[in-house]
Amino acid sequence: MATVRLAPVLRSSVGGSKQVNAEGSNLSEVLADLYSRFPALKEQIQPEESLSRFINVYINDQDVRFLQGLETSVGPNDTVILLPAMAGGR
Amino acid sequence: MGEASREIMRQARRQVPEWSTPQVNEAMAHQHEAGRENQELVLVDVREKHEWNEGHIPGAVHVPRGYLELQVEEAVPDKDKTVVLYCAGGVRSLMAGATLQQMGYKNVVSMAGGFGAWKGNGYSFVQPRTMSEAQAKRYSRHLLVPEVGEEGQFKLLDSRVLLIGAGGLGSPAAYYLAAAGVGTIGIIDADVVDDSNLQRQILHNTQRIGQYKAESARETIEALNPDVKVITHIERLDESNVARIIADYDVILDGTDNFPTRYLLNDAALIANKPVVHGSVFRFEGQLTVFKPYEGPCYRCLYPEPPPMALAPSCAEAGVLGVLPGIIGILQATETIKLLLGIGDPLVGRMMTYDALAGEFNELRLFRDPKCAACGENGHPENLPTYADVCAIPA
Repeated sequence: MATVRLAPVLRSSVGGSKQVNAEGSNLSEVLADLYSRFPALKEQIQPEESLSRFINVYINDQDVRFLQGLETSVGPNDTVILLPAMAGGR
Repeated sequence: MGEASREIMRQARRQVPEWSTPQVNEAMAHQHEAGRENQELVLVDVREKHEWNEGHIPGAVHVPRGYLELQVEEAVPDKDKTVVLYCAGGVRSLMAGATLQQMGYKNVVSMAGGFGAWKGNGYSFVQPRTMSEAQAKRYSRHLLVPEVGEEGQFKLLDSRVLLIGAGGLGSPAAYYLAAAGVGTIGIIDADVVDDSNLQRQILHNTQRIGQYKAESARETIEALNPDVKVITHIERLDESNVARIIADYDVILDGTDNFPTRYLLNDAALIANKPVVHGSVFRFEGQLTVFKPYEGPCYRCLYPEPPPMALAPSCAEAGVLGVLPGIIGILQATETIKLLLGIGDPLVGRMMTYDALAGEFNELRLFRDPKCAACGENGHPENLPTYADVCAIPA
């Protein structure tokens, strides 16, 4: 199972965990597995069919927009990172 | 001069060939024509620091004779090059020449008559900029670092950095940039100091509650380092002032708390070609990267659109561990100094994330988006939405 790491703003949707495991051979399947268990997460990062433009998804530190997007394959030892923009500075 | 020292001189003169000042002048002129890549000759001034400061031959490197054995291999790594040494009168350079030969330098020459003869012949010389005694003391730990040194310290003193916000990120960054001797620090902030700021915004203090943050920052910085000129901009960054305000600065340190300002700044910085050192914080985590226009990705490559409000709370809404912006702000100051000095590998195209609870740093690769609306092939940073009405978040 792949490891999924979540940015702090997303953690409340998965019961506060920083890291969860998910099944799937590509990103789309991994996310679908997550959404089936944590429906609130879908609302936050993929309310429509495509990935939201305000969220960056990395597989092993590589941005999936420059791989194959939702079709990017995910192996059992891979780490998926979900990272939305943060604005806080003060 | 005693008999023994005369003997040493005689021996050195037998060993080390001498060039007259016209010969050296001609060789240097020839070298100048050959261009930077074909420098066959290195001119080394072996006099003391105070002599060098009073004037030296342009293009010379300074290795005082007292440090010759220790420093010359760093200054002139290639022992096959012709090394022309000079001192004030041509004596110390001869003895230095004998030492270099011992060290394996194959083509060592001493300039007869030294700098005195050079000046006497009317050849050009330069007088280096010198640091005051107070500055030499204050920055002594920088001067000891070869990557900074006196030249780097002057660069910092001549540099101009703009801080967007004198808050959580801006506070520690301003402190260290000022301590480092960044000569001009601009601060744009329209807010006043509030009690709730003091848990992390260390530029300010309890007595200054109610005072403009930019003014409070100025007081703190000037008390730390009188070399620093602080320029306060007590206004909010918006479409009407952004181009004017950033125009005068070399590097911009982004410590804002909202998306509209970050997009606005991104676009203006692209147009003005200014690097932005970006930092943001949330509870226990921080992000840091450097947006260098057209060399790496820009903010819109990374986040083409802001998240909805629910996903993007400001510190005021989400809270932040007070020390966290301290860490990220100091990393921003570090990146800023690297950019100003042109040293190391700035975080261009890389995002560093810090998780305080886990005690972990991570790095993500960022890429320029060729279709980016701001910096892509058909980018038009002049007229992009900054989403001000979509996600205006109170500071």
